[in-house]
Amino acid sequence: MTSISSASAAFTGRDPGNRLYGPVPDVTEQSGYTDEHPARVGFFTDTSVCIGCKACEVACKEWNTLPMDDSHGVRDAIGLSGMSYDNTGQLGANSWRHVAFIEQSRAVDLPMPTFGRPGDDRQGSGPSVSGCGDHDSTAKAQASVLNVEALSEFDPQTGQSGADKQVRWLMSSDVCKHCTHAGCLDVCPTGALFRTEFGTVVVQGDICNGCGYCVAACPYGVIDQRKDDGRVFKCTMCYDRLTDGLQPACATACPTQSIQFGDLDELQARADARLATLKDQGVETARLYGRDESDGVGGVGAFFLLLDEPEVYGLPPDPIVTTRDLPAMWKAAGQAAAMMIGVAVTAILGSRRR
Amino acid sequence: MPGLGASFGRGGATNTQQDLANADCIVIEGSNMAECHPVGFQWVAEAKARGAKVIHIDPRFTRTSAIADLHVPLRMGSDIAFLGGLIRYVLDNELYFEEYVTAYTNAAALIGEEFVDAEDLGGLFSGFDPETSTYDETSWQYDLEEPPQSDADDPAEAAEQDRTDDAPSVTRSDRAQAAGSGGPPIPGKPKRDETLQHPRSVFQILKRHYARYTPEMVSEVCGIEPEVFEQVAKWVTENSGRDRTTAWVYSVGWTQHSVGAQYIRTCSILQLLLGNIGRPGGGIMALRGHASIQGSTDIPTLYNILPGYLPMPHALQHDDLDDYVADAAGKAGFWGHKRAYMVSLLKAWWGDAATAENDFAFDYLPRINGDHSSYRTIADMIEGKVSGYFLVGENPVVGHPNGRMNRFGLANLDWLVVRDLQMIESATFWHQAPEIETGELSPDSIGTEVFFMPAATHVEKEGTFTQTQRMLQWRDKAVEPPDDARSDLWFYFHLGRILRERLKDSTDPRDRPLLDLTWGYPVHGERNEPDADAVLREINGTGPDGQLLNSYMQMKDDGSTSGGCWIYTGVYADGVNQARRRMPAAEQGPAAPEWGWAWPLNRRILYNRASADPDGKPWSERKQYVWWDEDAGEWTGLDVPDFEKNKRPDYVPPDDARAQDALRGDDPFVMQGDGKGWLYAPAGLVDGPLPTHYEPAESVVENALYEVQANPTIERIPGPWNRENPSRSDVFPFQVTTYRLTEHHTAGAMSRTLPYLAELQPEFFVEVSPELARLRGLTNGEYATLVSARTAIEAKVLVTERMRPIRLRNGTVVHQIGMPYHWSYSGISTGDSANDLLGIVLDANTHIQEDKVSTADIVPGRRPRGPALLEFVESYRQRAGVASGRVGLNGRDPVAAEAGEGSTQT
Amino acid sequence: MSRVKTWLDSWPVYRQLTGSDPFGRGKAARSKGTEATVSRTATADRVVKSVCPYCAVGCAQNVYVKDEKIVQIEGNPDSPVNRGRLCPKGSASKQLVTSPTRVTTVKYRRPFGTEWEDLDLDTAMEMIADRVLEARKKGWQDEDGGKRVNRTMGIASLGGATLDNEENYLMKKLYSAMGAIQIENQARI
Repeated sequence: MTSISSASAAFTGRDPGNRLYGPVPDVTEQSGYTDEHPARVGFFTDTSVCIGCKACEVACKEWNTLPMDDSHGVRDAIGLSGMSYDNTGQLGANSWRHVAFIEQSRAVDLPMPTFGRPGDDRQGSGPSVSGCGDHDSTAKAQASVLNVEALSEFDPQTGQSGADKQVRWLMSSDVCKHCTHAGCLDVCPTGALFRTEFGTVVVQGDICNGCGYCVAACPYGVIDQRKDDGRVFKCTMCYDRLTDGLQPACATACPTQSIQFGDLDELQARADARLATLKDQGVETARLYGRDESDGVGGVGAFFLLLDEPEVYGLPPDPIVTTRDLPAMWKAAGQAAAMMIGVAVTAILGSRRR
Repeated sequence: MPGLGASFGRGGATNTQQDLANADCIVIEGSNMAECHPVGFQWVAEAKARGAKVIHIDPRFTRTSAIADLHVPLRMGSDIAFLGGLIRYVLDNELYFEEYVTAYTNAAALIGEEFVDAEDLGGLFSGFDPETSTYDETSWQYDLEEPPQSDADDPAEAAEQDRTDDAPSVTRSDRAQAAGSGGPPIPGKPKRDETLQHPRSVFQILKRHYARYTPEMVSEVCGIEPEVFEQVAKWVTENSGRDRTTAWVYSVGWTQHSVGAQYIRTCSILQLLLGNIGRPGGGIMALRGHASIQGSTDIPTLYNILPGYLPMPHALQHDDLDDYVADAAGKAGFWGHKRAYMVSLLKAWWGDAATAENDFAFDYLPRINGDHSSYRTIADMIEGKVSGYFLVGENPVVGHPNGRMNRFGLANLDWLVVRDLQMIESATFWHQAPEIETGELSPDSIGTEVFFMPAATHVEKEGTFTQTQRMLQWRDKAVEPPDDARSDLWFYFHLGRILRERLKDSTDPRDRPLLDLTWGYPVHGERNEPDADAVLREINGTGPDGQLLNSYMQMKDDGSTSGGCWIYTGVYADGVNQARRRMPAAEQGPAAPEWGWAWPLNRRILYNRASADPDGKPWSERKQYVWWDEDAGEWTGLDVPDFEKNKRPDYVPPDDARAQDALRGDDPFVMQGDGKGWLYAPAGLVDGPLPTHYEPAESVVENALYEVQANPTIERIPGPWNRENPSRSDVFPFQVTTYRLTEHHTAGAMSRTLPYLAELQPEFFVEVSPELARLRGLTNGEYATLVSARTAIEAKVLVTERMRPIRLRNGTVVHQIGMPYHWSYSGISTGDSANDLLGIVLDANTHIQEDKVSTADIVPGRRPRGPALLEFVESYRQRAGVASGRVGLNGRDPVAAEAGEGSTQT
Repeated sequence: MSRVKTWLDSWPVYRQLTGSDPFGRGKAARSKGTEATVSRTATADRVVKSVCPYCAVGCAQNVYVKDEKIVQIEGNPDSPVNRGRLCPKGSASKQLVTSPTRVTTVKYRRPFGTEWEDLDLDTAMEMIADRVLEARKKGWQDEDGGKRVNRTMGIASLGGATLDNEENYLMKKLYSAMGAIQIENQARI
């Protein structure tokens, strides 16, 4: 019985092919909230104004009472990552927001001096080496924290002048995408993962049995098992707060409104306008990520404005819901399952009626 | 804050954080606003979204730089050269706001003939005494309209006479911080040349002083390309004037230098020349680092001032109340009422015991006669001169430079009271200090008795904080503190109660001040918590009928009014706790005057009279803020006018006018004796009337502008526990700066102990450039050891392009190391203390330490342990020619080590 | 029957087959726990107006109290300064207040002692008062360099800048009355 909820799509006869892939006009309604339901909500994370303060990470943890990253608060278990200012590393069962820090540098067309100690004749006052010879990207990647060479031209907004090299420091707060086609939800055999009336995807802790299918099903690597507990945890978009008319904790705290919460269609309009503004200002590298409803996950509830390729931020460039091909695979299996279910339900109803 | 105080008359941020959104250009310099004030930074982000240019000037590329339009990576400690270059650029290209400058600044004032500028004395101003390393300011004065009479009838002159006769060695620094509200006292108004052409006019002196601060010189001193300087100059000047305003933002990146007050002065001069003071979207935003650091100077626990920036009485200057107020008697500006403020304070403290007959108990106040600031006191502790010490929410062995010296101080007390939330290092030094391991401290030989008294958090008590824009906000109490935790109000109230109880039968006159003290605060609850509201009422002050005062202008000098802090009078106006107001921002105007309460008198932008032209009309429609309404006969606008409401713009004072009546209708700087913004400070600073570029005390380069290498007035506290790295030393070849991270708070007690913050920055680290990493063989993520003449510490290394070596024109390369200072051995996130590396050298104006620039060496690997650490550091001292740093047990009785003997302290 | 209906409704598969959520991915999958979801902001007994204790931006905070415990601290959206927003430190202020490592009882280390001892609060206050009087006396100066000073050099104090104005005021007032002048604050630093 545990596999039924996922397989059930196959026998309803209600156009299953369209349910696990491609655009969906109203994902909330499709999830059974046929009466009047709230508009689908989401996050628009505008990384061009992120200051990497990590208020989102802390506000999330405070509200959701998440453990420290090592689950025990043991000091020896935490340590400096050496990856710029990112000591969280990735999204996980105990970190539902994660701010990525990407340092990029690019030599500019100036004579590059060699550097030595003051007064050190052998190095300090020697003739300059011109060109960028000693600044190839490989050498730098080994020598400093997280030098991702810029994939494209620096935009005027963050490109720095006044030095022999330009430095760019990208910051971006990552989170569960609350996909239109959520692989985690689609594979969950217990119904622990469900779509809320707000169109978000949430784990129900009282149902989850820790099978972990969802972990592999997430194209973004978001959902994660807590080791000492076994169950899976991820961003709920503060489902409980939403029921009280509040915004999620991270969006409430975010000092620069890099994280914006709201009705998804409004956020999409705002993001489109923001992108246009940045393009007008000559920020050619700006782009939206997860905004496209025809992408591999049918668009997401938490989408981003990025200043570089998604890979730079550790995001998959072309995510595809892992259950895209499920309908075809389950066509045959579904008929058998339907029969079993039918028998079981009839038996129960029958027995109760007596 | 003598930098702002001497320039404008008040030592507070001139504008609000929200007002930054109105700026057309924002320069953040000496501040890492996005990291240290992230929530305030939303207003910078807002300005940027509206099209403002954002410039970040900082040696490091930080999270602020990351979203600025331009980052200027100037060399550590070179800000005065940069800002001086901007001043020259503005003057040379005639880009100053002429009408504003002529009317509202002291540009037209003439300076006395005796004044000699630093340009003509190789970096020294006239009046320098090399014996004492101090200046006599006499030659810096204005050429006065009417020379003051020299007969003793004039109390001000008499007092001045006293000072020079009796106390030639009194350093003015004891008074400097008194410029917090009310500029430095001056003996009279200066002669003026409205054409600004007179060679002794401030304007011409300014021009000459900065003539050599050319873009090329800026480039050489600061290590940046001239084009970058020109870009900043262009943006700043294009965005200043009638229609546009530029705001400057600074914080401890400026104050914590041996020339710190002068950094702020340089910016003040520039902002005055550009006409950006007193106007929306302009001003100088001083970002304080702690919840109530502004409040802690307004109502100071500082040795040299009383509440409201009234100076502490000085043994050599203030025999009685008349002496005390003499420098203000008969003068123009609001200092004219100093006596009323002081008498009201004395009445608040000693009530009926303060009478006209006993000088309102003026003699109950103890006297100062030198530097009694905290660093000096630490040295006194080591010498056994101090018995007891209270640490109230402060962790000096981590948060202050030279932790080792601080720990030696604590180890030589009789007793120590620590009030805090967590078990901090300043309470556990006796068994956990790093010096236990080296053998310099030993628990069984430390006699210090330690009381750890648990404190209440901000939600477990009620009271007000004064935040960075002078705004008081009342906090309601949410819950009771746990167990024995108590508010500091409780602690001091009950300590006072017990002391008075003990002494109640005493006949010793020295106990009278305690016994006569007004201490009858109501208490409530089972724990007898004193009523903070009653204290706030006392601070606000009351009139003869017991009614709460609405304004300090109601204060009298006859003892009929009382008030604990005159600049806070009005916080309880109309009998309402104004600081408790919480009218939603959406329901009121842009100045949000009904949210909290700002001193003085709820004025949100200071000197806002200057937002209108001399005739009282807004400079432009776009920048209108406060203006004269001729029909109503009053000043009006978006804010409470920082001016007498009904004083006409064309008011000219009669000859016999005093106090504020002696200021004109177009004198917007109402706390200044001449009503003007000071381009040139004839008084108020101990190290010169004009800011001058000096290298930091510990610098790896030579001063390119003057023969004088560093600020000649630097205050030093010599001793084996506070050795100084020689400048331009091969042994300590790299510059180091210290700073905070968003994820932690100061000395760490409020962040290293919290899992959610600790995990975000879990270990002490330093940041170095790839070039320095190559040079020294440092590896990202591995340990390095940093060494100074104080000690050696170890840290993980982050190698990052955000740190940048500076190549100067003469070929010198300056490597810079970044070092956040939050760590020590306690808590969840731990590491060595950055501050242990630093020595203590002070800005003589403020007694604030220079910890934004020092020098060190850095080598790969972990530091030596135990006594080997002492040998290691001593070997560095020897190589650098620094005297020995060896001390006897617990920091006392330095042992003359062979190597150190004979060599002199540098 | 109604009980049966309720029982059935609580069974996801039944809801899935009979309701509008045939996939069992939304409405039909709602658990008891989900149905009982309530925000702790909604169940708080009261909301207290406060101000963040970290930096000097002065962010207004709403403090949610339930059963005399702090259950949530977040930004007050009405504030003209922070507009409801907080930084990571401000966002961690509930943890600051409720930290299990807070020391909430008096600890005492006697001279040359090697361990902390417990002390009750009243005793500690009396002991501190004794020491203040003694140190005051020991360091007392009527004059210094021939000038009247009326002070004690035996007592020093250093306060943090998270002290309330009212607290700073009582401190300065009491210290001045006892003649102590080496009174300093983080504001100097």
